[in-house]
Amino acid sequence: MTSSTLAPQRPAAHRRSLRGGLPLTRVSGLGLGVAMVWFSLLVLIPLAAVAVAAADGGWAGFWRTVTNDQTAATIRLTVGTALLVTLVNIVMGTLIAWVLVRDRFFGKRALEILIDVPFALPTIVAGLVLLALYGPGSPLGVNIANTRIAVFLAFLFVTLPFIVRTVQPVLAELDPEIEEAAASLGASRFTTFRRIILPSLTPAIAAGAALSFARAVGEYGSLVLLTGNLPMRTEVASVRILSSIENDNLDSAAAVAVVLLAISLAVIVVLDVIQRRVMRRG
Amino acid sequence: MSIEIVNVGKRFGDFVALDDVSVSIPSGRLTALLGPSGGGKSTLLRIIAGLERADTGKVDIEGVDATRLPPQKRNVGFVFQHYAAFKHLTVRRNVAFGLEIRKRPKDEIRGRVDELLALVHLEQFADRLPSQLSGGQRQRMALARALAVEPTVLLLDEPFGALDAKVRKELRDWLRRLHDEVHVTTVFVTHDQEEALEVADEIVVINEGRVEQIGSPDDLYDRPANEFVMRFLGPVTQLGDQLVRPHDLQLSTDPTGIGVLGRVARVTRIGFEIRVDLSTTDGQSVTVTLTRNEFLALGIQVDSEVRVRLAPGSPATTVSAPAARPATPTLAAAG
Repeated sequence: MTSSTLAPQRPAAHRRSLRGGLPLTRVSGLGLGVAMVWFSLLVLIPLAAVAVAAADGGWAGFWRTVTNDQTAATIRLTVGTALLVTLVNIVMGTLIAWVLVRDRFFGKRALEILIDVPFALPTIVAGLVLLALYGPGSPLGVNIANTRIAVFLAFLFVTLPFIVRTVQPVLAELDPEIEEAAASLGASRFTTFRRIILPSLTPAIAAGAALSFARAVGEYGSLVLLTGNLPMRTEVASVRILSSIENDNLDSAAAVAVVLLAISLAVIVVLDVIQRRVMRRG
Repeated sequence: MSIEIVNVGKRFGDFVALDDVSVSIPSGRLTALLGPSGGGKSTLLRIIAGLERADTGKVDIEGVDATRLPPQKRNVGFVFQHYAAFKHLTVRRNVAFGLEIRKRPKDEIRGRVDELLALVHLEQFADRLPSQLSGGQRQRMALARALAVEPTVLLLDEPFGALDAKVRKELRDWLRRLHDEVHVTTVFVTHDQEEALEVADEIVVINEGRVEQIGSPDDLYDRPANEFVMRFLGPVTQLGDQLVRPHDLQLSTDPTGIGVLGRVARVTRIGFEIRVDLSTTDGQSVTVTLTRNEFLALGIQVDSEVRVRLAPGSPATTVSAPAARPATPTLAAAG
């Protein structure tokens, strides 16, 4: 029969056709078309428009804008703090996800819901809360208004849920027998975590870290009240973009936007590479 | 004796998984823990491995008191029903895991892993990921991984339970041959009596948290200690107050011969064997299985008058309370 003679070759042929893409049927062709138009309208065209606006002043103009002392300082502060916050989230987010999945304690359901509050809260409300708690009239006696710590704290607040929420379902799905197998082979709990559990969580951690970083880089509402937006000290990139626009300097705003875009893209790519490395090394 | 289990008890809440179990498992043999699902056999295996802690009692492994030892310190190999493969590691890295943990030199690890992969016939799959293997291959990988650390005992929890019938049969034969080569003390859990009878040197029958009988496959089959073992190890039917195997019953058409008189109610052909359902004169239904040739030689059909008796020397147990019997397809319900 033809089926039996073809069978041994099928896996190879199947793999090849998947890599090159399957021929589209009419329905899937239509689906792809709609998806591309949607994606172009919402993402690609606006992004291209920003890039074009940034290029308006020419390369020299672009370079002058982004190397301007005040602008460069906002970019350094924003990206540096976002990276730091992402690192903290990688540790704390994984830890919180672990506690939520593995431990049973009173108030766990409540904590589950509360985790999402920073995400669901309008950012300006978050800003107000932070100002009330850590501003000049702080009931805790902690006044960090107009300092870089305020930027760090606001970033931490709004990016908290990302890694928790990406890691949690993956951790819940992990087969406990895999850890038992590692234990019976002589692996300590720490070794099991580092060599077996962590590699399984890495894609989720990387995805959460990318989201967390991107969110921090663009954050505005939650920090604008508490940081005081002092040039060269606590002013972040999003505030700088807004003030450029208010001064009718669209080219300058677009140039900063393009730099943030490029850095975010680079961070996402780097996270992906790291994730693949860790997965393979085990 | 390699593994001594003394008065071990284990509860999960109100459920008694093991009730004062004592078993000695001999060195270098292949022992099966056989019993119905939920009978406590997996719990016993996990207690030996240290994956579960006994509430009471004591576990010795090769003369060492292992009762309080964590699994890492017991030097046991454990194979799970669902393979428990390390999904992100290649077959080679999976097998090497235990050796890498022990920080053995790289060359030694490579040599040992090559040896094991050859033993489980996975040499050409060394660089694949577990997801690229079939179930049978994954289980062989898991076995190589467990053997890599040269365990004192090898424990297998329903190792073939997730595989289809044909692969299961192949792996079963293969495990037997492997054990004849490696000679590591091996304990495996199964609910399949055929698997236990075919593979094991020694069988421990466990039911409702208690040991029903310990013995060789022949002992268990020919000299069942009680009704449960008799029923669990093979098909049974009832003749008078005796529980017997349907193929141990003999039929004759001689009306003056010995045996219980009955009438053929139904004849069913199942492949090479013929099942004859009889109704005795005192209203009892009895099932007899014959080969096709025996059946043809008798020349009987539905409504024929026959005499039925137990072949001399065949195992039989006395039925205790009729109400306690579970219904099985091969059991002819008494009137």
